[in-house]
Formats: sequence, structure tokens, C-alpha cells
Amino acid sequence: MAHTAEHDEHAGGGTKEIIKVTVILTVLTIVELVLGFWMIDIPLDQESFRLAIKGTIVILMMAKAFYIVAYFMHLKHELKNLIMTIVVPLALFIWFIAAFLYDGNSFRNLRNTYDPHFKEQSTIKVEKKQAASHGEAKHADEQHGEEKKAEEKAGH
Amino acid sequence: MATTATAHVTKSWSGGKSPFNVEYGKLMMWYFLMSDAFTFGAFLISYGTIRFSTNGWPDPNEVFKSFPFAPEGANAPLVFVSVMTFILIISSVTMVLAVQAGHNMDKKGVTKNLIWTIIGGIAFLSCQAWEWNHLHHEGAWWGSNPFLNHDGTASTTNFTNYFFTITGFHGFHVLSGVVINIVMLIMTLTDKFEQRGHYLMIEKAGLYWHFVDLVWVFVFTCFYLI
Repeated sequence: MAHTAEHDEHAGGGTKEIIKVTVILTVLTIVELVLGFWMIDIPLDQESFRLAIKGTIVILMMAKAFYIVAYFMHLKHELKNLIMTIVVPLALFIWFIAAFLYDGNSFRNLRNTYDPHFKEQSTIKVEKKQAASHGEAKHADEQHGEEKKAEEKAGH
Repeated sequence: MATTATAHVTKSWSGGKSPFNVEYGKLMMWYFLMSDAFTFGAFLISYGTIRFSTNGWPDPNEVFKSFPFAPEGANAPLVFVSVMTFILIISSVTMVLAVQAGHNMDKKGVTKNLIWTIIGGIAFLSCQAWEWNHLHHEGAWWGSNPFLNHDGTASTTNFTNYFFTITGFHGFHVLSGVVINIVMLIMTLTDKFEQRGHYLMIEKAGLYWHFVDLVWVFVFTCFYLI
């Protein structure tokens, strides 16, 4: 199979494939952007709905990654030995992502349960600053410094 | 099933033929890209972990809402970054075309498409330079975050630290890619590949360039979309 595909490419069938993949990547990106624009108007408290859209975007992202690697980087037309050598080690990412994100989430839950200061900090609304210019940026910096100190104190 | 698998392995690995059927340099480029994928993966997973361990996070549509020559107070989320994304996708397409022209020993085609790829890379870098400059003027930098969380609570500097580190690392890869492509262009124009009888070097540069595009797919999604 790998061989016929390679021959096709040399015979000039490659350009068709390039155009096809370009169209697919463009369409996927546009769909992602449409979802992104859609999400702007969805209020924060509809958390599961927002998560569903984010999940869809991630799936589209994986599809784009597949098309780039398989066709632009030509991996699909290589021998199976090479494909496995590259793809199998990357499967470690499945574990990395699951483990680390779970850990982060668990750390947040623990802090929300046992660190009242952390919990309180994330409920206090800060006054919205107008589009920051140079002067205000510095102010934000200072404010942030204080907040960081407070955070550190709470940690100890 | 098991017997066919064994037969296949014996056929590929019993010697007398190349088990991967690619040249050495290309195989090594793949291995390098795999290690680079782990580097970027580590960055992005670390970003995700910190984001998951924090209660609030800035809204990307609030942070990235401007574009060059925009009127004061413009509110155009996602617009500028879409342009950047398409620039990179199109430059990836021209790179594929350059590789294909190289297969056909078409020097003119290689030159033309390489120049387009280089222009795309420089355009992307310019966009990124503008964006960094713009955010810096708003007070965002490593260790300084002027933006609030989406729910209006105070944010930490994690957001800007990760943003500048990861987009910076990616931008540096784009810069290296542009330099590599310029070297490829010079080698093409001085007939180095014609003398060698093949344009395989363009393929390796192409692999690197596509990888840069690939990483942007992830960075774009993780920072600007979700």
C-alpha cells in the first residue's frame, strides 16, 4: 500500500492531495473559529456547554494535527516501521495529559477545601480596569505584587 | 495473525534492505521532531496543569482583541490570530509544493515556492512581534499580568508567563525555520542540489517547517480558543 501511494505521488497525483488537504485544514480552522466566536456569547455559568464546545475544538485540533502529519509530513506514505517508530512513543502523551490534568484538578479541589484564603481570593471581584495604557500597567503591576505576597503568606 | 506479523518483521529486519526505507537524514529529522514534540508537549501540559489547579483564568477573547492599526478600544477577538493561523497554513502548503517540485527536479518551482514559504514565515513573525509589543504596552510580560480572570476576580501571572514562554519558544522555532529555508533557497539558487542530483534536503527542511505549523495548531487552540 505504501508503495502504490508513493508511486501516485511521483506520478503527479500529489497536487490533488495537497489541494484536498489544504481545503480540509481551512475548513477545520474555520469551524474552530466559528465555535470560538460562538463561545464568546455563552455565559460562564453554562459550564458544561462551554466544556462541550471546548472538547469539540480539541477534537478538531487533533484532526488538523493528523492531516498535517499524515499528508504534509508524508508520514502516511512511509513504511509501517517508520510510522510505528514515531507514533507509538507519542502515545505516552495520553498518559501525561490524563495524569497531569487530573493532578492539577485535584490540587485545586484540595486547596478549595483546605485553604480558605485561596478560596476567598477566587471569589473577590476586582474592579475592572479600563483598557490599560502605560501608566495603568505599572499600577496593575504593583497591585499584583501585593496580591502575590498575600498568596505567599497564605501558603506558609 | 501472529505468523503474518512475524513474517513481516523478518522481511523488514533480516538485513539486506533498509527497514525504514528513508535516508539517514530524514529519519534523524523525524527523531528530532519527536523529541521536540515532547518539549512542546511538556510545556503545554504544564500550562494545562496550572490552569486546572487555578479557580479562574483570563478570557482570551478579552486579552487578544486588537489588531494592527485598530481604532482605540477595538473589540475584535480571534480576528488577528486567525490571520496568523492562515498565514502559517498557507506557508505550509507552499512548502509542500516546494518539496514536490524538488521531486520533479524543477528548480524554478522549488525557488518560487521556497520564496513564498519564507515570506509566509516572516509575515507570521511580524504578526507575533506586533502582538507581543501590543501586549507589552498593555502591561503584560513575564511576571506581570494586567488582565483579570473571566469571572472578574484577580488573576495570577501564570497566564502571561505561560503565554510568553510558549509562544516565544514557538516563535523561535519559526525564526529557525525561516533561516533554514533561506539557506535552502541559497543552496537551490547556487545549484547545489542540481549537482547532487536530488532535492532531498528540501524534504528535511519541509518536515521541520510542517512541525512548526503543527505546533501552532496546538498553541492556537490552547491559548486563543479554549
